[in-house]
This record gives sequence, structure tokens and C-alpha cells, in this order.
Amino acid sequence: MSTDTLSFIFFNAMLANNFVLSLFLGLCPFLGVSGKLNTAMPMGLATTLVMLVSSVCAYVINLMLVAFDIEFLRLICYIAVIASAVQLVEMSMKKMSPALFRALGIFLPLITTNCAILGLALFQTNREYNFTQSLVYSIGAGLGFTLAILLMAGLRERLDLSSLPKITQGAALSLMLAGMLSLSFMGFAGLGS
Amino acid sequence: MNHKAGSDINPDNRVTLDTFVQGIWRDNPVFVMLLGMCPVLAVTNSVINAIAMGLSTSFVLLASSTLVSLMRNLIPRQVRIASYIIIIATFVTMVDYAIQAISLDLYNALGAFIQLIVVNCMILGRAEAYASRQPLAKSVVNAAGMGIGFTLALLCIGGVRELLGNGSLLGYPVLGANFEPWIIMLLPPGGFFVLGGWLLLFAWWRERRQPDSTRAEVVHEH
Repeated sequence: MSTDTLSFIFFNAMLANNFVLSLFLGLCPFLGVSGKLNTAMPMGLATTLVMLVSSVCAYVINLMLVAFDIEFLRLICYIAVIASAVQLVEMSMKKMSPALFRALGIFLPLITTNCAILGLALFQTNREYNFTQSLVYSIGAGLGFTLAILLMAGLRERLDLSSLPKITQGAALSLMLAGMLSLSFMGFAGLGS
Repeated sequence: MNHKAGSDINPDNRVTLDTFVQGIWRDNPVFVMLLGMCPVLAVTNSVINAIAMGLSTSFVLLASSTLVSLMRNLIPRQVRIASYIIIIATFVTMVDYAIQAISLDLYNALGAFIQLIVVNCMILGRAEAYASRQPLAKSVVNAAGMGIGFTLALLCIGGVRELLGNGSLLGYPVLGANFEPWIIMLLPPGGFFVLGGWLLLFAWWRERRQPDSTRAEVVHEH
């Protein structure tokens, strides 16, 4: 199976090489916002939107950087682009859904330092994806992130109701859960990575 | 996730032993503050990768803390975060090219995670919470402590993963030929399990150290 068909790129980014569970990108929001299902869902979708916007911008910027032969500025440019994309999403969300805007709070601007987004921009540059491929890659990665954070939030809502030993409460439990999820996502490896 | 950084700054400007040790033990960036988790889990499948990642991050942390502390009265408050990011990104680019020149194998093993040091929240957190408010000497000493703490934490995780997953340490076989490697430790789930295991160990240790009187109260509350 060739590795540059659109469907391969999509499913590989979403399942087999899930950004959170097998590449360890974007763990801060994954552990921070996955406490409740009704904040996890908008967080996942906001991240997907930022990924989409910054992937398109990163593609265009990379063309310019290559044309002027100043690739050493790539990292700084990408960070600036991502920060602006986050600002854009923040403003439109404030306008369209103020309740949601308040619910996400500090985690919305923190999408800027979500390594999944910078990672996405860097990977698509390294693999020399063309425009359509980058677009499909970013949507797949975003949906994969949303899926992972939703599954995690569902598990944690259930565990809130069970009684656990005191030392396992908190971060240790979340990490063990993430390990289990990661283990089950390894089953998708057959999708051809 | 408690961000205690910044609350424990003593008002006088003397460099104390605590300034240094804070990052290694009490406020360890990985085990206590849970900052910068992505590289911690992604590159620790062998000890050598863990050391390279720890040293690169420590260098960026030290250099950016120095520069931020020197420029703390020059940077306007409104654009401070953007300025810190630019400073950090500059040093990361330097490290990226340096590692590429020193060892191409290492560069390929670490992959994009060298460049992703830019978005390591520990470095930005130190710049914002400490270096931008403290004189040069204190910032440098504190950053050095934090860097050592981060590297030690990476070593703890990388050591366990390489030992159990490969039966070796630093590439030398340790556990003998009869040892059946736990492949899972080298795969992504192993990273989550090992870090979770360390956190459990520390939580258990903290629980044991609590004086009996407070523990009795806790039991009583339930």
C-alpha cells in the first residue's frame, strides 16, 4: 500500500499514529481538560480548527521560506503563525459562543503551546506533503486528538464515582489510563504504518 | 496540576542552597509539577536519548533564563510572552543545528522533538514565573537546578524503560542472555506506565512520611 494516498494519510494520523497516544504530542491539554465530557468536546474541536488553519498557513509560509532560502527561520515563523491562528479561533469563539469561551478559560490561549500543533506543522514539512495532503493530514490529526480526549474524559467521569486508594488519585491514575488507551490504540497498527 | 512556581520566592536577593535544590527535589518539573511531559515520554526509550534530550533542554533553559533575566527591565509587559517565545526559539534553533552537526544518528533518533523544545511549558513557565522577576545570579542558579532535575527525571524513566525493554543500560547488556525483554516498555504504552509508576511510588512515599496525627484526621474525615 502506498503511503501517500489521501485515505492512508487520514487514517494513519487519526488512529495508527494517533498524536496523543502514540506520538505523545499535546499531553498537557489531554491530561488537563479531560476531566469532563462537556469541556473535552469543544476543546478537541477548537484544537482541530487551529490545526487546520495553522497547517494551511505553515504550508504557504514554508513555500516562501524555501523561495528566499531562509529555512533557519522556520521555527520562529511557525510559532508566530500558530499564535495568530489561536487568537483567531479565540475571537470567533468569543463572538459565537460566549458560554463555551468561559468554560474553556485559560486552556484556550494555551493551545499555542500545544506541541501537537507545532509537531503537525513540522511533520508535514519534513514529509514534503503537498497542499491537499497537508489539509487531510491536519484534519485526521485533529479528529484523532478529539477522539483520544473524548475517550479519556468518558473514562475519568466513570472513575470519579468509584472508590480508589488515596495514593492512586490524581495524575498517576490519569497516566495509567492513558497507558491502557495507548495499548488499545496499538491494535490499529495493522492499518499500515 | 498545581503551578506552585513563583509563590515560593523569598524577598531578599541572596542566592541560597534552596534556590538550586528546589528544581531537583521539592519542585521537580516532571515528578511534582508535571510540566514538559511530551518529550519526557516520547524520547525516553533509551538512556542515551534521555541524556541528550535532558542536556539540550537544560541548555535552552539556562540560556533563555539568563537572557530573560538580563532583559527583564527592557521588555514591555504587554508583549512579554511573545518576546520569551522568540528568545527560546532562537536558542532551540541553535541546539537543533548543533546536534545535527555533532551526531546525525542522535538527531534522527530524537526526530522533531528537538525543535519541539520551543513549546516545552517548563521553559516558558520558568521565564514567566522566575527569570522575569529575579536578578541574574538567582535566575541562573535556579535554572541550573531545574535543568538537572529535568535530566534526572528523564534518566529515571529512560533507565527503567531500557532495562526492562531491552535488558541493557547505555547499550551494554546487563540482565544476561536468559532475560526475555518486555517489548511493551519500548512502545508508547510503556512510557505512560513507567511515569505513572514513578508517580505512584512518590505518592506512596509522601503518604508514609505524613505524621500519624494528620493521617488519623484524614481517616476520620472519610
